[in-house]
Amino acid sequence: MGSIRRSDFINCSADKVWAFVGQPEKLHEWFPITSTRVEGNKRWITLAGGITFEEDIITLDHDLRRFQYKIVNNPFITFHLGTVDVIADGPNRCMLMYSTDMEPEVLALPIAGAASIGIAKVKEMFDGK
Amino acid sequence: MGRKILFITTDQQRYDALGCNGGTIARTPVLDALSRAGITFDRAHPQNVVCMPSRSTMLTGQHVSTHGVWMNGVPLPEDAPSIAADLRGAGYATALIGKAHFEPLLDPFLRFTENRMGSQKITTDNPKDPHRGFDHMELATHGAAGQLHYSQWVRENHPEAVGGYYNVLDRELQVNAEGGGDTNAPQIKVNPIPREWYHTEWVAQRTIAWLQSLPDDRDWFCWMSFPDPHHPWDPPASEMHRVNWKDLDLPEGYIADAAKREKIIDSKLRHWRGWYDGTFVSNYEAPSKWVPATLTADQVREVNAYTHVENELIDEAIGSVMKAIESRGWGNDLDVLYTTDHGEFQGDFGFLFKGPYHVDSLMRLPLIWRPAPSSHIEPARVSAPVGLVSLAATFAHIAGLEQPSYVEAPRLPHTDNDATTLGHERVLTEWDSVLFGKIVHLRTICRDNWVCTAALPGTMSEAGDGELYDLTHDPLQHVNLWSDPMAKAMRESLLADMWDNLPKQVSPLRHMDAPV
Repeated sequence: MGSIRRSDFINCSADKVWAFVGQPEKLHEWFPITSTRVEGNKRWITLAGGITFEEDIITLDHDLRRFQYKIVNNPFITFHLGTVDVIADGPNRCMLMYSTDMEPEVLALPIAGAASIGIAKVKEMFDGK
Repeated sequence: MGRKILFITTDQQRYDALGCNGGTIARTPVLDALSRAGITFDRAHPQNVVCMPSRSTMLTGQHVSTHGVWMNGVPLPEDAPSIAADLRGAGYATALIGKAHFEPLLDPFLRFTENRMGSQKITTDNPKDPHRGFDHMELATHGAAGQLHYSQWVRENHPEAVGGYYNVLDRELQVNAEGGGDTNAPQIKVNPIPREWYHTEWVAQRTIAWLQSLPDDRDWFCWMSFPDPHHPWDPPASEMHRVNWKDLDLPEGYIADAAKREKIIDSKLRHWRGWYDGTFVSNYEAPSKWVPATLTADQVREVNAYTHVENELIDEAIGSVMKAIESRGWGNDLDVLYTTDHGEFQGDFGFLFKGPYHVDSLMRLPLIWRPAPSSHIEPARVSAPVGLVSLAATFAHIAGLEQPSYVEAPRLPHTDNDATTLGHERVLTEWDSVLFGKIVHLRTICRDNWVCTAALPGTMSEAGDGELYDLTHDPLQHVNLWSDPMAKAMRESLLADMWDNLPKQVSPLRHMDAPV
């Protein structure tokens, strides 16, 4: 199993960061992908390389500030669970964490790399604001 | 006009691949002639035995701890130092044609410039400030898959040839263990591709085309980088008549007697035995589903035959480029440097491929510097230990530039005396792999014809574990003297020297963003 986790602290309230990253349809505004489409509990994302992933939204918990999804109907991917957490660390600071567990394990690594880019983007947008 | 620089690299090639280094199978007359006319290094080591870290060292002149590309899949930062950028700043036209691999190849998000340039079929991303200082990049890797220029070219012009290459990855996107050829050896395939469409030929032809685009009076630095003889071993079928695997003797490093072989493996660090039995796969540098203990003598012969064929094709491709350079009248002012990024087991100790194993199979590399005839530097063989970390300073020296402040080693020496003057006493090699809980860290020094490897705490090693080899009396590294009381003083001297000279590792370690 490929299991990865990327995170960073952001000097901003958890509520404010969550209000943005907790919108599944806005993923392309911070993650390095080209487009996002959401219909009900389904999401489709398209990568710059041209690949489209179909996803099931599993958890969208505004109280816990947790979003979970899994890639489905993909001939290569036999298991996937992606999790985005925003964890408060006082009133004006939070941790944004992105985790993925995946088979085949090798795909967890490029997703981790993309998550680092995404987290850095959110930090740039919200740090100190 | 100054001296032009042709920097030639192969991928995963052994020291003994070339005739000038004692190789007796592959015919390498072009490289042998460069060796006779130049400086041939008999103890050249990489600073890491996999591609991305080693290539990053070539470009930056830095040890792995400093540039931070500690494993394949860790991208070299875009703003890392680049000797190509310095040469360009001095007026050189610069190109990298073939395999770059400073950035991950598996890149579904198309995050990395090398892949983006290939995907967009462009040869520069920014003419005013080009990527890593190369005015021109046309890139290739092992086969027709992926986004790089060669793959795009084959798919567009010769789609029927795509399927002739071996599939590097299996259905689970792991390094493929599927066998082929006569012996079912892993990563072997008879490839029907015509020779002129094969990547070795493409790299040479694209190099010639770029050189032909330059005016006569332009100084240039061209890194011509062949993806072979790295696995998969799938050269054009039309060339396989050159070496019949059934005619080959087993290589000297292959230990035919299994009991003797396993006794030697068991005397080394524990992760050797773990990989041999297929219970500890620490990285993506070999097929995870392939168990080295299953390797047969005939498979070793066949892999070697394919490798020798690939090496002959490389030599002939270099010959065609040299001819094109001579025809431009540049020969007298041309420096040629030839090396590879790391070695290959090719059957030594019962293994193929590479990994955290710091022995000559993977560390002793071919390295030739044929200085420009106009420089009147005498031919020589150099036995002093040198590293690929010295290449960047050497390029600067050839171009008449001051040694860049970022490099961590002096230029390559002309002779052993010159090596002493420059301070080439030791060469260092590092290994770090951290993959889903499987951890290996090694630090190695080669000095005074000894090789000493210290294992740092990891999954199968504790602080205080290591390997020590006396290359003079044990050139095949069969006898690990790490715990031998008679060798204790040497071990301690080497370790002290190594810790004194290893740069501090960049911290925290950069993330690994892809398997390769």
